[in-house]
Amino acid sequence: MEENLLLDAIERYRNGEMTEQEKVFFEELRKNNSDIDQMVAEHSFFLSELDRMSEIKSLKHNLDKVESKLLNEGFFTGRPEKTKSKVIYLWNRYRRTIAVAAAIAGVVSLSTATVISKYTENKKVAVITPLVDNKLNQFENKLNQIEHKLNDAATSSTTVKPKFEANFRATGFLVDGNGYLITNAHVVDKAKNLIVENIKGDQYYAKAIYTNDTTDLAILKIIDTSFNKVTGLPYTFPKTSAELAEPIFTLGYPREEVVYGEGYLSAKSGYYGDTTSYQISISVNPGNSGGPVINKDGEVIGIISSRETNADGVVFAIKSANIYAALRQIKKTDNINIKLPTVNSLKGTNRVKQIKKLEDFVYKVKGN
Amino acid sequence: MTGLKTYEQDNDLLEALAANDANAIETIYRENYSAIKAFIIKNNGYTDDARDIFQEAMIIIFEKAKSGSFVLSCRLQTYLYSVCRRLWLKKLQNQHRFNSSFELNHEIVPVEDELELHEQKEAEFQLLENAMQKIGEPCKSLLEAFYIEKKSMPEIADLFRYTNADNAKTQKYKCLVRLKKIFFEQYKDKQ
Repeated sequence: MEENLLLDAIERYRNGEMTEQEKVFFEELRKNNSDIDQMVAEHSFFLSELDRMSEIKSLKHNLDKVESKLLNEGFFTGRPEKTKSKVIYLWNRYRRTIAVAAAIAGVVSLSTATVISKYTENKKVAVITPLVDNKLNQFENKLNQIEHKLNDAATSSTTVKPKFEANFRATGFLVDGNGYLITNAHVVDKAKNLIVENIKGDQYYAKAIYTNDTTDLAILKIIDTSFNKVTGLPYTFPKTSAELAEPIFTLGYPREEVVYGEGYLSAKSGYYGDTTSYQISISVNPGNSGGPVINKDGEVIGIISSRETNADGVVFAIKSANIYAALRQIKKTDNINIKLPTVNSLKGTNRVKQIKKLEDFVYKVKGN
Repeated sequence: MTGLKTYEQDNDLLEALAANDANAIETIYRENYSAIKAFIIKNNGYTDDARDIFQEAMIIIFEKAKSGSFVLSCRLQTYLYSVCRRLWLKKLQNQHRFNSSFELNHEIVPVEDELELHEQKEAEFQLLENAMQKIGEPCKSLLEAFYIEKKSMPEIADLFRYTNADNAKTQKYKCLVRLKKIFFEQYKDKQ
């Protein structure tokens, strides 16, 4: 405690926060006690190191910002790579129209959902439907086309942009601000191209760096250079098991727009006693796959993966404990150190606020 | 247009860079990057190398400009070029890729001393970064929020769910003492 007081005094002295009287006292103390004097010198040096780190980090932030701006213009390569900023601008301009169209599309996708489940062939068990929306209906294809037109309009006519037409949509969420997301293995299994999109409509190319068909987990890495590290992931991942009847909620993309749903934990094991997953009761639709299942304290207890086709409200979620195993595996094979968030800022706030904090970190996963 | 820039404009640019001004950074990139890239590609490098070297040079000049005592004795363009050249030379030497026919297409000024100082500071930066990695959470996030992101104590208390700013402060100092211990242990080893 003594030490804290002294450190605090040094910092206030350094920041010029001391009163004249305090300052005189402090300088006197320093003059008469060589130990303290040395400690002041040492601590000041250390603080200046921290200051330097702070300055350089904010400079690097701006350097990266300018670089990505110039990169989009084609400054480095002599040709425009991705005119993303312009696309986003156009996207935002047309967003309202698109939102209306998306709402219509959402209704249609609900009605087609049951049809999908009838002829879905799932390699795991025939009666389980993975919740990927791989029948993006005509409306949404139209939307994609509009989006492409916007892209094309924003790209100069000389560049050839790879045509990207998504034919499935699911959900994913960040586990590490450096661009690592979690989703289901069945989402990315057959995908050639993957795009993730946040709630603001910013799109980034991603690739799967890990998939596990047994647990049905996949980890994606955003590979777009325009992606900036994000901080403040609000949720944590518990190591202990969730409890029966615990209320839970999820956020996902069964439509083009983000959708909230809530329910409860109905069994501690999944399909046919599968101990790596939970059974939950919640209303989900194709597209919800890969969404986080969160308890009231803001802990991600699982990841939505599938539902039982012939029963109502029987949904399976992969237990979060599997994530830890996946990260260990990635570290071992690829030497990539993915750090799960350790600070929970959802706990103790009401649901509306929780969702506000959460929605920035839940992404749409699209691909073909 | 580039050729007509005056020393005064260079100094204004430096001042804005010291303030971490994104427009100034962009201007410096636009006016200098292509020359640096051409130089690096001519001398055994790739576009990515050029971007790395340019960023590092920007950090060096940023720090010089920030120190307040720095006076440009030549055009900013020349200085930047000289720094990049020296950085690239060093990198090639470290990778044993250096050959004597080092091409130059620009006037240069000596910058060896500056770079030596920068190297030492970079090493310290690395030590601090390592120490930060080692202290673990929540210490790392807490210290970063206060000392790196410069958030206020009440803000931090709220963010990390401490009951009040004083509790957060106590925790912060506990973490800081640990960070210092790890840092200085490594620091003394290096000296």
